[in-house]
Amino acid sequence: MSENQIPDIHKTIEAVWKIESTRLIAGIARVTRDIGVAEELAQDALVAALERWPEEGIPEKPAAWLMTAAKRRAIDSLRRGRMLEQKHGEIERELEFQQQRLAEAMDQSLDQVIDDDVLRLIFTACHPVLAVEGRIALTLRLIGGLTTPEIARAFLVPEKTLGQRIFRAKRTLSEARVPFEIPRGDELRSRLESVLSVVYLIFNEGYTATFGDEWMREELCNDALRLGRILAGLLPGESEVHGLLALMELQASRTAARKGRNGEAVLLMEQDRSLWDYVQIQRGMAALHHAQKLGGGAGTYTLQAAIVACHARASTAAETDWERIVLLYDALLQIGPSPIVELNRAVAVGMAEGPAAGLRALDALAAEPALNNYHLLPSVRGDFLVQLGRHAEAREEFQRAIAMTENRREHQLLSKKLKQAMFID
Amino acid sequence: MRFILLLIPKGYKSVDADAVPGAVASRMAYNKTLHKAGVLLGLDALLPPSTGARISFIDGKASVTEGPFAEASENIEGYWIIQVRSREEAIEWARRAPMTNNEIIEVRQIYEIGDCSIDAQKAPQGFNNLPDAAARKA
Repeated sequence: MSENQIPDIHKTIEAVWKIESTRLIAGIARVTRDIGVAEELAQDALVAALERWPEEGIPEKPAAWLMTAAKRRAIDSLRRGRMLEQKHGEIERELEFQQQRLAEAMDQSLDQVIDDDVLRLIFTACHPVLAVEGRIALTLRLIGGLTTPEIARAFLVPEKTLGQRIFRAKRTLSEARVPFEIPRGDELRSRLESVLSVVYLIFNEGYTATFGDEWMREELCNDALRLGRILAGLLPGESEVHGLLALMELQASRTAARKGRNGEAVLLMEQDRSLWDYVQIQRGMAALHHAQKLGGGAGTYTLQAAIVACHARASTAAETDWERIVLLYDALLQIGPSPIVELNRAVAVGMAEGPAAGLRALDALAAEPALNNYHLLPSVRGDFLVQLGRHAEAREEFQRAIAMTENRREHQLLSKKLKQAMFID
Repeated sequence: MRFILLLIPKGYKSVDADAVPGAVASRMAYNKTLHKAGVLLGLDALLPPSTGARISFIDGKASVTEGPFAEASENIEGYWIIQVRSREEAIEWARRAPMTNNEIIEVRQIYEIGDCSIDAQKAPQGFNNLPDAAARKA
């Protein structure tokens, strides 16, 4: 083994942490009922590991070692907290009794960290009492096993800001006395929506940033996929969990094709489909099938996944089943109105029935205030007009679109379209 | 990052013949742990090398040798493909596998387009002769 192949002990500890921390924190939280306290005790255990493992080596059973260290810290803090208050003999015995109970509870907890504890941890981290940013940070930290610097880098915020965000989130949960439990009945559905949206936000943060040299952010897609798979394992009967997983797998399968040689964006219709990851597409299709079997395919994530699947099934852009995509957008709009979905539907109509029909669908949206300043509306309109041979009008639309976007890549793309519309006339 | 964990058994044995029920159960439990952690992308067990064939290429000509093979010191019994955040994490997962004495797991990173690690940049050079892989990853 050459020298540079010797595993770095700190990186190894980090890896152990990534593997064990979620179940460790979940197990401690079962005893403390407060995920903030649980996380701090787990962190203390990590600090102890960082002190001892470099000399003693990685223990045979790292999870057990960490839990024992956390237990010691828990008993310490219990003792210190009480010692300050009183030193009476009676209290001393009571304290000993409490310590013993705590130790037993933690030992037991370690033996049987059950999946439900992990699920409780997820639902608590994504609790609606928290700001969305807080939910994202806590989820990545507690269930994704990411460190604060990792999360800060991925979200392009200073480490200190992110640390405060996590601190505030934990305090909010504690102050609101959010119970460490799995919601039941109707509440489960709405709380699950919050969990799924957190995972999808994490995915999109990575997915929209996959251009240029942004490897740290790309990894967020994989973190989200990992969270999605964990959820699918914990809630196998929930169709939307599988729908979300399908959506993420299918979108991520195009990653390699979305980036041109110079890091520029390549649009779906222009992508080299041989670059798609077909093994990942298979995983996505399997998850989609599962979701449809469980829920009839009517959930928002499942429907979005079904749309992406239409593209995945087409071996060339021309083979895309646009009629089906229009129907799927219709179904999405039945769940809830959304101007962006309407806009996408108009594009699909244009592909299915021709640019004139697309233009009609688009013009029905013209008065939509939410799209007032949205560059894609004039941009798509310009595309239809070009196809209809109305180049002068198309140019106006592209110019409007350019004025609306500050994104450099969008700018380049629109300028290219504008130039093309010039040459044709 | 994706890694393949190659399961290299001791010596030359069949997958099923030596399998003890306890070993199968612990292997299943390990698979389940990987699955629950959200890291498992795929896994397979392979039939013994005696049922396999080797196709060797000399001077542009492919010739087939049926198994069993003379030098079978290192064969592969199966594999897991996992997605993790670091090489160290892949190694830690491999360390947790339930293995018997003298068995080996080889951990290898799977090449990804645009990968920044040095090893991975070298990797595609070896794939130039594989039409499918090369065309996809070029």
